[in-house]
Amino acid sequence: MLVARSFRGLTQRPVYVRETVTQMDIIGVGTLPITLLAGFFIGAVLALQTAKTLQSFGAQNFTGRLVATSLVRELGPVLTAILLAGRSGSGITAELGSMKVSEQIDAMRALGTDPIRKLVMPRMMALLLMAPVLTVFGDLVGVFGGWVIATTLLKLPTSVYLSSVHEALNYNDIFGGLLKPTVFGLIVAIVGCRSGLRTTGGTVGVGRSTTQSVVVSILLILISDFFLTKLVIALSSTP
Amino acid sequence: MPEDSRNAIEFRDVVLTFGPQVILDGVSFVVRPGETKILMGGSGTGKSTTLKLVLGLLKPDSGQILVDGEDVTHYKESQMMKVRQKIGMVFQDGALFDSLSVYQNVGYRLAEQGADEEEIEETVQRTLRFVNLEQAISKMPSELSGGMRRRVGIARALVGSPKIILYDEPTAGLDPPTARTICELAMKLRDLEGVSSIFVTHRIQDATSLAREHATIDDNGELAIVKNTRPEQNASTQFIVLRSGKIIFEGDGEALWSSTDPFIQKFLE
Ligand SMILES: Nc1ncnc2c1ncn2[C@@H]1O[C@H](COP(=O)(O)OP(=O)(O)O)[C@@H](O)[C@H]1O
Ligand SMILES: [Mg+2]
Repeated sequence: MLVARSFRGLTQRPVYVRETVTQMDIIGVGTLPITLLAGFFIGAVLALQTAKTLQSFGAQNFTGRLVATSLVRELGPVLTAILLAGRSGSGITAELGSMKVSEQIDAMRALGTDPIRKLVMPRMMALLLMAPVLTVFGDLVGVFGGWVIATTLLKLPTSVYLSSVHEALNYNDIFGGLLKPTVFGLIVAIVGCRSGLRTTGGTVGVGRSTTQSVVVSILLILISDFFLTKLVIALSSTP
Repeated sequence: MPEDSRNAIEFRDVVLTFGPQVILDGVSFVVRPGETKILMGGSGTGKSTTLKLVLGLLKPDSGQILVDGEDVTHYKESQMMKVRQKIGMVFQDGALFDSLSVYQNVGYRLAEQGADEEEIEETVQRTLRFVNLEQAISKMPSELSGGMRRRVGIARALVGSPKIILYDEPTAGLDPPTARTICELAMKLRDLEGVSSIFVTHRIQDATSLAREHATIDDNGELAIVKNTRPEQNASTQFIVLRSGKIIFEGDGEALWSSTDPFIQKFLE
């Protein structure tokens, strides 16, 4: 319902370009530092863990491969989405929720503005676009984190690590690695806006919907991840 | 006497429920052009809800709602947007957009309509002058006192010169002089601009001022608030008292003060 109305909003005037750019800035630039930090350490930990296992098979040259596939297929999209839910989704719910309980949403409608177009659309567009971008940054930094560990602690040559990373990734991984964050971004936006606009019960209500927004987003991200993974596997096995 | 026959607002047997809770149970009333309808009732009796029905922010379960002679009961949101241009709403506590400055709040409607900056600036300054808040133009809502927030709320509602203004407890929680200022603004709009309105209030002082005084331009061309001397001056202010979803009183101020209904007596104390 919200999605249908939002996309209908795209085709009608006015389109709030400035609001969308602001939201892209808040969501994208705002979430970048924690995404980079998280990505780096996840990559580093992955390298540590997998290298240990691989070493027992004498296969530590495959470290880069495992780091890259884990990151691009799963951890990059899921963790970035969870960070987005915790940071941007909660922020959206809290902001829209406060506007709802202080009658600012009603005031907006009374003054002739459609809140879906003015508030929901820009946030949805921003999340849809920024989630894959952030994920790519997270993936890259993660691979870098893995490299740092591989070359320092594991004493792997850079060329071995990088060629192993390179071999690991195929077209389907990249496709899945971008499809997932797009869907997750949409989930965070819809859940965040919906919880916000449905807030009742004053400031206590705002707290309640914010918590609920984060919990529901994360659950939906994990559940849809399962089905998206199945989809990507199904697509990759058809010739 | 040929008068504009279109009523500003009309409710015909309006019923509104929230789940099992019946808020309005067959409410009918008319706000004539130029009339101020003072809406009273205990808290939670559906006063704010009534105003939201006029704006189409809520839809009734049954009955009809007419705005400026037009039946808007089944209007879609997009059709309602045009009707809302005729209506200014002063929300309880102001409902100012707290991410926007006073200037942007007051100019909001014009900015959304794509007016040019020059026109917005001119209108905002004129409107803020009307509510006596020119000095606050560049402040943020969080920097304002309660009375200032209400007045900014009124200014925002006035932009676009709506013929209908809805006030939701604009004086609640204010000190008497500030409340008085707001009532005088409402009188100015009623008597000098011909605005029709619904004025929700708990305060009996508001009711008395609005019912017994009016705004006029005196011999020196200055604005003056004076006591009503002729009965027809009282006619522009009418009262409705809501209780348990029903209208239990309808009439002018004098009828209200002399009512013998024990509930109304208690209310007027
Ligand atoms: N959106 C809503 N959902 C459910 N109940 C509501 C809603 N809005 C108001 N109510 C209930 O309707 C009743 C009337 O509310 P309101 O019109 O705000 O009263 P008041 O006369 O104090 O302005 C209250 O009991 C309130 O709890
Ligand atoms: Mg109320």
